Amino acid sequence: MSIIRYQTPELSTWSPFDRLTSLRDEMNRLFDLSLPGLTRDDGLFSGWSPALDMHQDKDNVFVKVELPGMKKEEIEISLHDGMLSIVGERKHEEKSGEGESFRSERYFGRFHRSVTLPTAVDSMKVNATYKDGILTVTLPKAEEAKPKQIQVNVS
Amino acid sequence: MSNLTNTEEKPATQQQGTVRKTSYFTPLANIFETKDGYVLEAEMPGVNKDGLEITVENNELTIVGRRSDVAVNAPVVYRESRDLDYRRAFDLDPSIDTAKISAKIDSGVLTLTLPKAESVKPRKISITD
Repeated sequence: MSIIRYQTPELSTWSPFDRLTSLRDEMNRLFDLSLPGLTRDDGLFSGWSPALDMHQDKDNVFVKVELPGMKKEEIEISLHDGMLSIVGERKHEEKSGEGESFRSERYFGRFHRSVTLPTAVDSMKVNATYKDGILTVTLPKAEEAKPKQIQVNVS
Repeated sequence: MSNLTNTEEKPATQQQGTVRKTSYFTPLANIFETKDGYVLEAEMPGVNKDGLEITVENNELTIVGRRSDVAVNAPVVYRESRDLDYRRAFDLDPSIDTAKISAKIDSGVLTLTLPKAESVKPRKISITD
């Protein structure tokens, strides 16, 4: 899995403003990648690596993945040893084979993303939704991982 | 044959006078020809029907997708996605019948059907005796 998402180069972009915008985006993304230990690198050119976000608050860990154009049956989510894996395949529809293709930027085929979760979670209560091409996995933290206030009695 | 390919992406800031959202994300797109015209697919995760704005002006097709997914209300641990709306412009081939363009969006993928005008379709001429 690549840490840096591969972006198809804009072949026909002539405007210097666009170039600057995308350069700025690239730079922003480099600064955003401050936690390289979270993902495992399975090689740089592994094809489709959908964007993944992770959030956490005191009760839950949220993992959001951008997976446009899938069916929810085609996405597999598994949890093993504190590592969340999301695997799936986007099938290339046959209709695109009918005539000449002018642009082909979308990825088809398999993807595999896994992340190490920052805390222990209650695997029985994990819940996932898929809406408008975005998969959101909500993982409630295990009781022992939640911050607790401990009363100290001084006698 | 088609200058649907000779797309020219305008600087995103050009039409947006205000500073509210000056940059857009360029959605990945596939364009292919079919028997009756062209099909354009663009990936816009987080956009549904209500956030779509498709305009044709001077043979230029502009698609704008505004995200309707609510941001997760929790601190970020790690982030790769960008919270930007989508915008991309394409020059249309003159053979396209702009009045008949249709659009649908499903699971964050916009599909535009761009039919060719009847007059440019290959026509079989039957021979009468």
